[in-house]
Amino acid sequence: MAVATTLFEKVWSEHVVVEETADTPAVLYVDLHLIHEVTTPQAFALLQQQGLHVRRPDLTLATMDHSTPTTPVTSFKDLAVVGASAANQIEQMEKNCAAFGIDLLGFDSAQRGIVHVIGPELGATQPGKTIVCGDSHTSTHGAFGALAFGIGTTEVGHVLATQCLLQRKPKTLAIDISGTLGNGVSAKDLILAIIGEIGVDGGTGHVIEYRGPAISAMGMDERMTVCNMSIEAGARAGMIAPDETTIDYLRGRPRAPQGTDWDAAVSRWALLQSDIEAQFDKTVTIDAGHLRPMVTFGTNPGMVVGVDENVPAANGDPSFRKALDYMQIEAGKPIAATGVDVVFVGSCTNSRLSDLVQAAAILRGRRVADGVRMLVVPGSQQIKKEAEELGLDQVFLAAGAEWRESGCSMCLGMNGDTVAKGMLSVSTSNRNFEGRQGIGARTVLASPMTAAASAIAGHVADPRPYLR
Amino acid sequence: MDAVTQIKSRTAVLATRDIDTDQIIPARYLTTTSREGLGEYLFHDLRIDSTGNEVGEFVLNRPESKGCGILVAGHNFGCGSSREHAPWALLDYGIRAVISTEIADIFRNNSLKNGLIPIVVDEPTHRYLLQNPGMDLTIDIAKATFKLPDGKIISFPIDGFARYCLVEGIDQLGYLRKHLDTIESFEKARSWMP
Repeated sequence: MAVATTLFEKVWSEHVVVEETADTPAVLYVDLHLIHEVTTPQAFALLQQQGLHVRRPDLTLATMDHSTPTTPVTSFKDLAVVGASAANQIEQMEKNCAAFGIDLLGFDSAQRGIVHVIGPELGATQPGKTIVCGDSHTSTHGAFGALAFGIGTTEVGHVLATQCLLQRKPKTLAIDISGTLGNGVSAKDLILAIIGEIGVDGGTGHVIEYRGPAISAMGMDERMTVCNMSIEAGARAGMIAPDETTIDYLRGRPRAPQGTDWDAAVSRWALLQSDIEAQFDKTVTIDAGHLRPMVTFGTNPGMVVGVDENVPAANGDPSFRKALDYMQIEAGKPIAATGVDVVFVGSCTNSRLSDLVQAAAILRGRRVADGVRMLVVPGSQQIKKEAEELGLDQVFLAAGAEWRESGCSMCLGMNGDTVAKGMLSVSTSNRNFEGRQGIGARTVLASPMTAAASAIAGHVADPRPYLR
Repeated sequence: MDAVTQIKSRTAVLATRDIDTDQIIPARYLTTTSREGLGEYLFHDLRIDSTGNEVGEFVLNRPESKGCGILVAGHNFGCGSSREHAPWALLDYGIRAVISTEIADIFRNNSLKNGLIPIVVDEPTHRYLLQNPGMDLTIDIAKATFKLPDGKIISFPIDGFARYCLVEGIDQLGYLRKHLDTIESFEKARSWMP
């Protein structure tokens, strides 16, 4: 009888071109290489220096998202990139893609958006694929049962030139999630609770598989939110086995298989499950039924607390004290008392249609508090269009929020969308690191519902009383 | 990449845990298309104040840290993004090795590909190094050891292939390209095409 294997091992072994040995790593084949303007210029320069071509431009999907402006425009010709350096980087991306024969979903493309939003949206992200990108949130694509992870620029060059990577096989971590998420508690709250539980280094060296009834009950948007933040627990990747929800999502998407190819793919995807007897290097169990909306209080995504709870008491750890000093948040006090200056709904974590629907449901007929700036940035131009068809833009605008073009925006503030020094931002993004959203910016990570409730209240707020 | 066989330098200590890549080099400096000159932005918001002056108490600004090529850092150094700008900035500034009890995966990979040596040690060794900044260490890459001033030898784990590439100055892309025929055969033999 065959040895029982995990979902990760099945995908991994199917892509091993050369087996690893004690002395050498495996040569691993990459099915989809996503590229963007920030982590590729030095890789293309290396190819140019060495006279190499891009081996599989057909397996390379390019867009621009990090340093792109999100200010509303009527024509993409009017998009003005902030800063000469960012403008040069974008121009370089256009030149490199043209020179190496790669299709670029650029400014004029209706398919442009955050790289981790458009891969799934176009159906390019599929179960069983290996997917890499010079971006740590590539783990997002694992929601489809793909093995997807972030790489550095040197490795981007390796994939461009050979379609392969040199990799050591990571370990496996199963996270079993029982129970059902309560009203007002979302996938974001679950992943924040998981990171709080296992720590920001709890997944280091591992690929996580999320499983259990709470995961099965989730739609693809929510599963992507969970897998997206695997890297915030230090994991190489996060994966969820494909099921009917996955297949329903992909059916008919432009880059998904069509016709008989689709039928063959669906049969193949059905095998992508961890065997019942499969052994994981580690297992963690979480009960989703007890979770409340979660927010961060410190300067890493593991410093989390329930939105209706107190910040933990000081514990003598200098790093803890440094984090609270930076955040200007008091130990032992309710987090909900914290005043808010900026609210950001967006990023590859929470900028999909269902995220916007949830935020809008709370904002409908209400106003963003005086003195609070709220920015809503859809994850892609397609999501922007779909949201506008549902009238969500009008809900946001009527509430006093800004409605923007797609991009990474205020998640990392590379494009001019930044949080000013000392300001507190409730953000649906993934990192509350010091200075992440701007020099001296203070970030509280939260779900779209908690972000919307906080915008209305003017302080960090539990979304549950706002539900209708 | 040039071969890296030995590093002899003094340690500087940055004891904070979970130093992320946004602290190592803030995102606003990633609009560059070059890998050169990023040392200027290393730990920028910790090292430089809002008026553009050096923050006196930050470890790398202290006179005793000048010329230190080994950074002893708190647990889980380099967590966060995949930006290779982080090791590029450290190397350009003059840091050639980082010692901690844990070093994040992508940062460690990126470091090894650029000749920055990530060294994971046990807690007692870490505590000793944290408590004794300015220590002269000799790191031997081939042996995967470093020597303390009192002569004590500490071994550290390093992937054998990465070590071989460092010591011999092997270009990993060149190594990978030697497998191009095998890669092509793999593509032809697949039961499904991506």
